[in-house]
Amino acid sequence: MAKIRPRVKAPKKAAMGEIIEIKTLINHAMESGQRKDSGGNTIPRQIINRFVVTLNGREVFSTDLFPSVSANPYVAFFLKAEESGDLTFTWHDDDGSVYEDTKSIEVA
Amino acid sequence: MTTKALARGALGLLAAGAVLTAGAAIGSDDGTRIHWGPYKVGDKRSGYTYAGAQTRAMQDDDFQNPAFLWLERGADIWETAAGEAGKACADCHGEAEEALAGVATRYPIHDEARGKLMNIEQRINWCREEQMGAAPFKWESEDLLGITAFVKNQSKGMPVAVSIDGPARPFWEQGKAFYEQRRGQLDMACTHCHVDHAGTMIRAETLSQGQVNGFPTYRLKWQTLGSLHRRFRGCNKNIRAEPYAYGSDEYVNLELYTTWRSNGLPIETPSVRK
Repeated sequence: MAKIRPRVKAPKKAAMGEIIEIKTLINHAMESGQRKDSGGNTIPRQIINRFVVTLNGREVFSTDLFPSVSANPYVAFFLKAEESGDLTFTWHDDDGSVYEDTKSIEVA
Repeated sequence: MTTKALARGALGLLAAGAVLTAGAAIGSDDGTRIHWGPYKVGDKRSGYTYAGAQTRAMQDDDFQNPAFLWLERGADIWETAAGEAGKACADCHGEAEEALAGVATRYPIHDEARGKLMNIEQRINWCREEQMGAAPFKWESEDLLGITAFVKNQSKGMPVAVSIDGPARPFWEQGKAFYEQRRGQLDMACTHCHVDHAGTMIRAETLSQGQVNGFPTYRLKWQTLGSLHRRFRGCNKNIRAEPYAYGSDEYVNLELYTTWRSNGLPIETPSVRK
């Protein structure tokens, strides 16, 4: 799909110490570099190779992604709510593009 | 404990019980008989009932279901003006939730002006060309898939109810003939797999009844949303038959026949399948 649209689902509020689930999804072809086009030429690899989540600038979750990951990667993880602030989600593309989304969370 | 509190407690328990039953109704893979809830109507079984537990979980969670990326695109198209008339779908039809509820259950319909059937994709492109003065979307493009899935999604949960009476009848008969006609190097008809052998194995895969209530569907194999006609083409290639074109009369007639077979099953668009 031409336009990359990250989707993030995170609770707006959480109790101190609560374990919250955060779900993320991004549309991306995750071209593995193993496929060939109809002319027999290799389609160059283009995947999201890294996904990082920070809370107020501090990294709270990160993962490397590899060519065997399916298109439109869905990543969900758990976080212990300990401070309010902005969760920033960044997806790093092989071509150098960075896709970003932000969600604020209020911890009481 | 006062009576009131007791009553409240009992109610709470009841509610919890109801939730549990609903949760247990679908998808217990412990070898016991599964009750499929709305996904099984009489003898008709949605493709959902042939999918694995993980695939079903993807479909059940609107966030995890990747097809919703296309639906967002469809929602944008609904609101965005295009073409010479400078109109968006919403300018004529209004709120999608109201205007489109139940619409998808009736398609394909017979179109008097063209003297043949019209499915939702063709209806959308007819609107674009005739009403908006815009270029039609290409078949299987992200745009057409997005808006089609968006339109069908407004009828989610409503039973499929296509009519095969009156002028649609001869097209239904042609679709039926296609369904039962042997074709391709393997010399097989649709019925051989999806009627005679539904539920049995073809190599490592279970054959489904070929119900179409979930299209456009996000197929894990395709890694994208795909139309019913793409599925038809895939099936035709599998039996080594020459596939017909997207939106061809043959496939639209077949779409009416297969949709009629799915009458009564709830619309699941966008479904997730293997």
